[in-house]
Amino acid sequence: MAFTSVTGILKTASMQGLPLWEAILEDDCKDRGVNREASFRQMAALWDAMKSASSRYSPEAHSASGLVGGDGAKMRTFGAETSIGGSFLDRIIAEALSMGESNACMKRIVAAPTAGSCGVLPAVLIPLAERGGLQDETIVQSLFVAAGFGQVIAARASISGAEGGCQAEIGSASAMAAAALVSIKNGTPEMSADACAMALMNLMGLVCDPVAGLVEIPCVKRNVVGAVNAVSCADMALAGITSRIPADEVIDAMRSVGEAMPCSLRETGEGGLAATPTGMAAAGKLKG
Amino acid sequence: MGIFDIMGPVMVGPSSSHTAGAVRIGLITRKLLGEKPVEAELLLYGSFAATGKGHGTDRALVAGLLGMKPDDERIPNSLEAAEEEGLAVSIGTASLRNVHPNTAVLRVKGEGGRMLEVEASSLGGGRIKICRLDGIETNFSGDCPTLVVHNMDQPGHVSEVTFLLARYNVNIATMQLYRNVRGGYAVMVLECDQPIPKAPLESLSKMDGILKITYLNIGDD
Repeated sequence: MAFTSVTGILKTASMQGLPLWEAILEDDCKDRGVNREASFRQMAALWDAMKSASSRYSPEAHSASGLVGGDGAKMRTFGAETSIGGSFLDRIIAEALSMGESNACMKRIVAAPTAGSCGVLPAVLIPLAERGGLQDETIVQSLFVAAGFGQVIAARASISGAEGGCQAEIGSASAMAAAALVSIKNGTPEMSADACAMALMNLMGLVCDPVAGLVEIPCVKRNVVGAVNAVSCADMALAGITSRIPADEVIDAMRSVGEAMPCSLRETGEGGLAATPTGMAAAGKLKG
Repeated sequence: MGIFDIMGPVMVGPSSSHTAGAVRIGLITRKLLGEKPVEAELLLYGSFAATGKGHGTDRALVAGLLGMKPDDERIPNSLEAAEEEGLAVSIGTASLRNVHPNTAVLRVKGEGGRMLEVEASSLGGGRIKICRLDGIETNFSGDCPTLVVHNMDQPGHVSEVTFLLARYNVNIATMQLYRNVRGGYAVMVLECDQPIPKAPLESLSKMDGILKITYLNIGDD
């Protein structure tokens, strides 16, 4: 039975004496009638697909509209000496931009949870894996944690920009990534829940306002904020900082905020940045 | 939703609904046609029509018609591929009522002369729904082995079909019946738990009153 609450995941894991990822894997096996190996293999294939998408980024590629492309490459060559955030943060930003641009350029990516937010998880996981000492197995386990928390968000709120705004896409991806990072660093299940809650509350209210209705502006750069926010929230949780509002309540609040959003701010390309003079001019030009 | 509805699919961007879902609609239409399509008229509605070009919806539908899956990296060049494979494509817009904002109508003709009209909606996350077949209302996703029987609206056809499936140990998960008018043209859609073997499909297609049958198993190649 798919999980419908974060407390439910934590309770199940603790009752079965399993780490979070394994409780989520076991639930998947029961749900779909597959064995552990099959479930794990399927998740490992997604991790491989993320790495392969990253390695196939092309700096020259631009989207059909011409609105995005090349920014990931700029960040990759920027250099840690000149940047304010330092080399690890640079890598995260570059990875998030690259993946978002690859998606806009019709390259192969992994929707996590959506295509528009496909850059968040790889942007935190790939640089962390490169920094060393991490086995693929650990990362795949953390993807189960991300998926389990995402499942709860989808059940209680939404992972669709058309339904809940960008908070439901980048916000959800960020919350999933934060929980996954905590699990990689051997944080407690409660810390994963706190990281998820904090990441989601930090992005609450974010609207979906794509210029010309395309998954380009501001979607590509919003992957950066999702990734950086995930790292901050995971570190906060690992430092022992807790969310004053429990994860399930934050998710429910995200749903209410999404429902209160006007239609113009839910993927219609009619409000926010899409409605700026420059945004409208770009849309007009494409309609030509 | 299962965890792999959240993580994944592996797909060619930029949009799970406008690109990945559209590929699936094209692919399922090809399978429903049951032969290589040589002509296709694609009519886009709503958000598919408004933002479809920027999302590659047209190329995604054609890619599916050519047999590509949502993660196929040839999708961006499918219009050129169609030309090479002898599929003539025309693209326009449709005005429909009371349908999902991401909807397309595909009118296709196969190399053997078979014709089919499919109306389908992309529901988000790459999931789709086939809403009409040859103008008759339906509601199925193509996620599991699906048998579509077009028959005369006469007594007995449902039991013939279910009897045959039972004999081959195929369990029916859902079943839907539709018709245009009493005694007219009818469609039954059966979603099954197991793949259906060739033998019952062949005997079904030869039965009196059965106009055509279409079997869809997205798992097969």
